[in-house]
Amino acid sequence: MQQTFVQPEFRVKIDYDKCHKCGRCVQQCGWGVYDFAERPIPHDEKCRACHRCVTFCPARCITIEKNTLAFRENDNWSVGLLKGVWKQAETGGVLLTSMGNPKPYERIFDRLVLDACQVTNPSIDPLREPMELRTYLGRKPDGVQVASDGAGGFTLAEGAGMANNIELATPIIFSPMSYGSVSLNVHRSLAMAAERLGILMNTGEGGLHEDLYPYQDHIILQVASGRFGLNPEVLGRAAALEIKIGQGAKPGIGGHLPGEKIDREVSATRMIPQGTDAISPAPHHDIYSIEDLRQLIYAIKEASGYKPVGVKIAAVHNVAAIASGIVRAGADYVYLDGFRGGTGAAPAVIRDHIGIPIEIAIAAVDQRLRDEGIRNQASIVAAGSIRSSADAAKAIALGADVVAIGTATLLALGCHLCQSCHTGSCSWGITTQKPELTRRIDPEWGAERLTNLVHAWSHELQEILGALGVNAVESLRGSRERLRAIGLDEQTCKILGVKPAGM
Amino acid sequence: MAYDLERYESFGVERYRDESPFKIHGGCGLAGICDESGTLMSGEIAIQAMAVQRDRGNGLGGGFAGYGIYPELSELFAFHMMYHDTAAKEAAEAALSESFTIEVAEPMPTRPVKGIVDAPLLWRYFLSPHPHLLEERELSAEDYVVQVVMNINSRVDGAFVASSGKNMGAFKGVGFPEEIGHYFRLEEYAGHTWVAHNRFPTNTPGWWGGAHPFTLLDWSIVHNGEISSYGINARYLEQFGYTCSLGTDTEVAAYLFDLLLRRHKLPIELACKALAAPLWSEIDRMPAAERALMTSLRAVYGPAMLNGPFALVLGFNGGMVALNDRIKLRPLVAARSGTTVMVASEEAAIREVMSAPDHVWAPKAGEPVIARVEGMEWPIHGELHLGPAEISCAVTGTEHSCEPVEVAV
Repeated sequence: MQQTFVQPEFRVKIDYDKCHKCGRCVQQCGWGVYDFAERPIPHDEKCRACHRCVTFCPARCITIEKNTLAFRENDNWSVGLLKGVWKQAETGGVLLTSMGNPKPYERIFDRLVLDACQVTNPSIDPLREPMELRTYLGRKPDGVQVASDGAGGFTLAEGAGMANNIELATPIIFSPMSYGSVSLNVHRSLAMAAERLGILMNTGEGGLHEDLYPYQDHIILQVASGRFGLNPEVLGRAAALEIKIGQGAKPGIGGHLPGEKIDREVSATRMIPQGTDAISPAPHHDIYSIEDLRQLIYAIKEASGYKPVGVKIAAVHNVAAIASGIVRAGADYVYLDGFRGGTGAAPAVIRDHIGIPIEIAIAAVDQRLRDEGIRNQASIVAAGSIRSSADAAKAIALGADVVAIGTATLLALGCHLCQSCHTGSCSWGITTQKPELTRRIDPEWGAERLTNLVHAWSHELQEILGALGVNAVESLRGSRERLRAIGLDEQTCKILGVKPAGM
Repeated sequence: MAYDLERYESFGVERYRDESPFKIHGGCGLAGICDESGTLMSGEIAIQAMAVQRDRGNGLGGGFAGYGIYPELSELFAFHMMYHDTAAKEAAEAALSESFTIEVAEPMPTRPVKGIVDAPLLWRYFLSPHPHLLEERELSAEDYVVQVVMNINSRVDGAFVASSGKNMGAFKGVGFPEEIGHYFRLEEYAGHTWVAHNRFPTNTPGWWGGAHPFTLLDWSIVHNGEISSYGINARYLEQFGYTCSLGTDTEVAAYLFDLLLRRHKLPIELACKALAAPLWSEIDRMPAAERALMTSLRAVYGPAMLNGPFALVLGFNGGMVALNDRIKLRPLVAARSGTTVMVASEEAAIREVMSAPDHVWAPKAGEPVIARVEGMEWPIHGELHLGPAEISCAVTGTEHSCEPVEVAV
């Protein structure tokens, strides 16, 4: 084999004076970094900096450092670009990567600040006063018609009122990650946590494993271009169905789960033969336009007994018009996935250069739906990437009904954002199907950590609402008056509908 | 008509308009009293109710609305007008005589009161619409009146319609409310319902037209509060074509009542439940049918919910409704004495007016106090069919709010 020009990204350093020579690192590493010859011998080129070995080393004698090789300075040609060229010259292939776009684009959330009450209206203490986060996901009627109940009171007029909405205890749900890209134990953790939290998990496009049937009232089942794992019986199980058109990390392209990840369980869940590649086409081949989408939405509603049907799209330039079409096509919610959203595998060129920020997409879509008088007809779910409760609050203030979190949930389960999900060797047992790795996640443990995370964020949302002097999340939703921008240009402020700080 | 900036500035409109992109903060005091038997009460009692609440304002706005005050002219629309100068008066009167038969035109009876300065010219008119014009334009009398109000408020420089209903009138201006009340000689009027307001604006100097009550046709609103959900309330209303151009919470509350009561036809009790929604923990404990209704009401009208501290009184021919916010962050006390129902920011006002009330209570958060005058119909706006753009424009008199907003139906 020819010598590669690509030098290792990291240096694995072991303090052998402290090392117990126990071999735990050898056993923990999913990437095969370590050989063992009386003591662990690292091969730097295999290291992904996932810190599994660091975390579990009983002697705490491992450190991972950046391989800081000096290159002649060049602002134009970063080291990353050089490595890309070298790799492609070696292989002739598309560069694959995982998780969300890491490039230094403007992070708009970090340029927005929230308001608080002072003097003229009181802030509210969430530790002593009710602070309501309950949210209904789905289509709302234009108004409520009432009739007399014959006893001096009122009742809903026949057929009036809100139908087929899903009650969420907090406006945070789990974003779609398929069984196949993540392990079944991850799915179990998400489903158990969703049930405990009174929220929803989302199967992604890989179908619903039967172990998750007990949690079906807290599960969104995805209908993606590969149509994996779907039949009328399964459609009837989920709380809601979601047509996946696109994903923020890879707008406009499909997916490919290699045959080696399709073991017996994945095969049964996806309803495809074991060991075959699972190819999700780039478009749905029965959706070449908006009217086709309408037909599929209603076909799914018919097949599922009129459960809510959402449509997930990647945030792209024309997202407002597309979302409007989706709502008019009958969707109960629109799921917007920003360009920072994660993925289990995507070409780096797509992930890093296609799509628009979620902040912009929320603002544009919310305003467009209001301009058209149809904002009540569908909820907006925003994702990619919601990194904290602050991001969630800002997304809601911009106009989202609900935020979906994916990367944050994986971080809660141990992910260190090494961006190597596509290798299938995740040392943390998250994005792998290798039994010796997947068993590292105990669903009970996973569910507890996920529950903690969402509880913590919900408490923080309550603190934010209290500071804003409102006691229900619907009073923050779309209330852009409570946001101010710092250092954003005028045009961006206009699109966001947010004034600069000081105004 | 060309914009005469200088004139507007002295009248206050320009300043108001300048500040309109920003929210106007303020605290206030209010009172409302209604005799459900329809017995008329002197305006003096409304003055008394406000005088003891003087500290709730800062002298930059006070006002009253009385119902049943013009019994001899009860079939005519009573227009209370404010003019900056005689040119404005002539222009407005031209517009009025074009649209109405003017049965009575007279200066508002006032008396000099220390502390009241820079009053505009105050006139009142009793009007009946030309029947042939109604027929020609296929409008109800109410629609017609709102269009005229809109036209004068937005297009006649220096003229403002303070009220435009039948058998009622608004008396308001810059000053403490008891001064304003004496200035307008309120003791000479008798009404079955009075609402009153004392203003404490914190960042606008107050102008005569900007004092409470806000009115349109028979309906008036006085408000003490700060709507922390203003941003989403205004965006929700925009979706239906209302334009919140003044940046005041009161404007938002007024349009929400218009939307819920007139356009969505909700009963007043439920409109109040939409605006000051019960907690989910309360809704969850309700019997099934009520729970279904309240869940829908809350989920559908979530963006309409007025969140943050407020107390308000909505007055109209036929009674009044007083409402507190959902966790009672602003004061509101109620009392009943025989057939008379009274609400006020402070109990002192009630004790001042009612010598021995049968019952004094603090209305619970979000529970409306409703007083209905016996034998009077309830539809607040009568035969009004106009759209939100016209309503916004008529209420605020800011021209840019008159542009109908394209709303897909």
